[in-house]
Amino acid sequence: MTTIDAGLVFPERTEHRATYLNAAHTVRSWALTTDHKRIGVMYLVSTTLALMLGGVFALVLRIEHLTPGPTIMDSYTYARMFTMHGVVMVWVFMIPSIPAAFGNFLLPIMLGAKDVAFPRLNLLSYYIYVVGAAWVLIALWMGGCDTGWTFYAPYSTQSPSAVVPTVFGIFILGWSTILTGLNFIVTTHTMRARGVTWMRMPLFVWAMYATSIIQVLATPVLALSLCIVGIDHWFDWGLFDPVRGGDPVLYQHLFWFYSHPAVYIMILPAMGVISEIVPTFSHKNPASYKAIVYSSIGIAFVGFGTWGHHMFVAGISLFDAAAFGVLSMLVAIFSAIKVFTWVLTMKRGSIVLKTPLVYFFAFLFLFVFGGMTGVAVATQSLDVHWHDTYFVVAHFHFVMVGGTLTAWLAALHYWFPKITGRMYSERWGLLGATIIFAGFFLTFFPQFLLGNAGMPRRYYDYDPRFQTLHVISTVGSWALGGGMAMTLTYLLVAVFAGERAPANPWGSRSYEWYVESPPPKENFASEPNFPLGPYDYDVPPEPLRV
Amino acid sequence: MNDLLRTLLALPLQASTYARAVDTLHYVVIGVTMAGATFVFLLALYFLVRHRQKVPGEITARIVTSASHEAFIAGSILALFLAFWVVGSIQYDHMMTPPDDAMPVYVSGKQWMWKFAYADGRETMDELVVPIHKPIKLVMTSRDVIHSFYVPAFRMKHDVVPGRYYTAWFEATVAGDFPIECAEYCGISHSRMLGTVRVLGDEDYRRWLDDSRLRSATAAGGGEADLAVLGRTVAAERACFNCHTFDGQPHIGPTWARLYESRVPLTDGRTIVADEAYLTRSMMDPQVEVVAGFKPVMPSYRGLLPEPEVAALVEFIRSLRNAPFAPTVDLPRVAPLSSGRPQEPRP
Ligand code: HEC
Ligand SMILES: [Cu+2]
Ligand SMILES: [Cu+2]
Repeated sequence: MTTIDAGLVFPERTEHRATYLNAAHTVRSWALTTDHKRIGVMYLVSTTLALMLGGVFALVLRIEHLTPGPTIMDSYTYARMFTMHGVVMVWVFMIPSIPAAFGNFLLPIMLGAKDVAFPRLNLLSYYIYVVGAAWVLIALWMGGCDTGWTFYAPYSTQSPSAVVPTVFGIFILGWSTILTGLNFIVTTHTMRARGVTWMRMPLFVWAMYATSIIQVLATPVLALSLCIVGIDHWFDWGLFDPVRGGDPVLYQHLFWFYSHPAVYIMILPAMGVISEIVPTFSHKNPASYKAIVYSSIGIAFVGFGTWGHHMFVAGISLFDAAAFGVLSMLVAIFSAIKVFTWVLTMKRGSIVLKTPLVYFFAFLFLFVFGGMTGVAVATQSLDVHWHDTYFVVAHFHFVMVGGTLTAWLAALHYWFPKITGRMYSERWGLLGATIIFAGFFLTFFPQFLLGNAGMPRRYYDYDPRFQTLHVISTVGSWALGGGMAMTLTYLLVAVFAGERAPANPWGSRSYEWYVESPPPKENFASEPNFPLGPYDYDVPPEPLRV
Repeated sequence: MNDLLRTLLALPLQASTYARAVDTLHYVVIGVTMAGATFVFLLALYFLVRHRQKVPGEITARIVTSASHEAFIAGSILALFLAFWVVGSIQYDHMMTPPDDAMPVYVSGKQWMWKFAYADGRETMDELVVPIHKPIKLVMTSRDVIHSFYVPAFRMKHDVVPGRYYTAWFEATVAGDFPIECAEYCGISHSRMLGTVRVLGDEDYRRWLDDSRLRSATAAGGGEADLAVLGRTVAAERACFNCHTFDGQPHIGPTWARLYESRVPLTDGRTIVADEAYLTRSMMDPQVEVVAGFKPVMPSYRGLLPEPEVAALVEFIRSLRNAPFAPTVDLPRVAPLSSGRPQEPRP
């Protein structure tokens, strides 16, 4: 099931080789490691646990919606649970999922470096993440927060629930994000090996770079606005209280100034994964390397000018609405360019359908259809009806969650051999991908219709005429949950019992496949000199020149 | 065609003047984008089948899409999106700008009910009664947290924000009852903050007017109805209701219900009888005698209110001297609003 053309020239795995995994076995050697690969693995495990927690919340919420009115919980529990679902999924899972786990593991190798620029800072950012996540758990233990993940003032400043520990946790998580971003930016600028010029970097690195820029620029604004919410809630300073001259709408501007770019923090890394997987499994160069690079950068910057599309009915001026509307259309173009480039990459390729590529198709479906509904909700007059309904819920679950989750799963399978040195079972992989995709579609497609019909989001109770669609959605969530559980299980089994993986099971030309699976502790014995560009599929492979 | 698409997409009835146009754009945008998405996805599937690997280790030709090719694809998609944007903007401007002859209705949202006050002094709870084929302008504010006034059948929605007065409008084209939903999360009973728009035909509307006018005249105590009604309009126009209520609920400022001739405790410890003079002083120099339990945030209206309006306001407050207090709502509450402590009804 493994090799294609790879083993010929890329180093073959030898027994008893020193790897980053067997370098040391103590707990301490993990807990105090500065090896980017181990830190990446720790992030991978932590974020996966977060995904499971957030996923359980989602399943329970869906069960609540099996019937209108109370099913298994009261409305206060419901509100706290959808809030914690959002908080855990957005900040504890999605934002760090790809950059902090796969980015950490791969970025230095893809640049031909030994580690990131600041290895100890990297470890620190992991522990900051742990502390932040722990605060979110403390908030949960204190009963959770009921404001929705958006913390709209003035409700959030008055809510009786655990607002302060929740926003404090997110505040801390933000520091971790910023530090990782900084580390990646500096690493990309200063640690590239000889020959790895800006235009010869793997596209995943570009995606990490663009993501890092957003992380560093936007996260402080989130930190600031959540700080004010916390202070308002705790000390009653009234900074968003209209009675004392505060402005609740200002909060929304601040929040979305971060949170719209944050959707790109989540999707750009996903796009980076896809930009690796499509060339690898098509064995072909990307239809346009430059188009993918420039559109990443374009998204990173134009993404900062679109936040007002969340506020079309919040009382912004006609001019503002028009400006935010047109900028949102513009940012959609960059994504469209990427999509066309991926699809055209496959043209005249030599395509092998393996699980990661199946996930690419799932990604493509969810991202393109979901993205198109994004164009629809960015159309101002249409958004008036859709805003704050299930249509929006379905839209961002398709494009942002669907995009990130399928790309994350693609990454998990694609780099599984590199990280663990083992192969997963292709048969289970294909089955899992199919069930997950079907479940995802079944869960969220009915929600578009619910939104059209006028079902607002964050509704505990609903009109009985919405029940059929809710039931379909809930049944879908079981398939999705079951598929996820199955996938994580067979991957876990494969970690211990999978076949040994060769260095380059997919026949990729990208740089990380020149090192053995799993890589040695120092990645490369000396500074590598990559013989080919990461997408040079028009010539036979060549071994690493040292 | 319209009905078919509307049913397919599960959209509710189109019951306002602009609903039909919005839906038409909806069909076009969803139709075109879904066709585009399907095309892209099928193209990818086609490549998958057509270009699948035949020999392991194949070398593939290096093909780079030319920049002009890319620019053409991006440009044509952008042109399409911009067309959506232009039409969407025009519709949005129309939907957000009430016509001049619209009939005003004052909407206030609070956890978890909608209150509607009409220009002639009538008032309803959770039920907005409007005539068919007449533009209605909603002047909306909230007394606690943000709510959002959403009537799916009208394709209309607008946030209702404390401390701000927002206007929205619609003109109903179908008689009947249409649900109002709160679309912004506002606490545990958010999903039960429902109401109804009752659109009445001309005849029914006139009958309803006669009925309810009678009722509000009795409530006001008779006699002073006319000037008091004017006073209420003035208070609404001058945005006194941003901070004051007349149903017994304290808001940013004290309620006006049963205020007249009651004994008002002040922050400096004194108690004062709320006669006409005091009421007038309260509007002109609000910082001099501040009611205990409230913050001195009321602006001075000296020089802003013409005499007749002051009179009307005072008359309105007078007319409320026996006003019933709104029933206390027995729902679980979030922490009290930071302004003012709960106020006891004054005898
Ligand atoms: C920004 C909020 C605000 C606005 C707008 C406002 N008020 Fe007030 N008003 C208050 C507050 C707070 C108090 C209580 C503190 C004080 O006495 O200054 C008050 C007190 C009063 C009182 C005395 C009430 C009592 O119980 O003794 C009267 C009368 C009054 N306002 C009338 C008006 C009128 C008439 C308008 C509109 C022309 C108006 N207010 C607009 C906030 C406001
Ligand atoms: Cu956005
Ligand atoms: Cu609400």
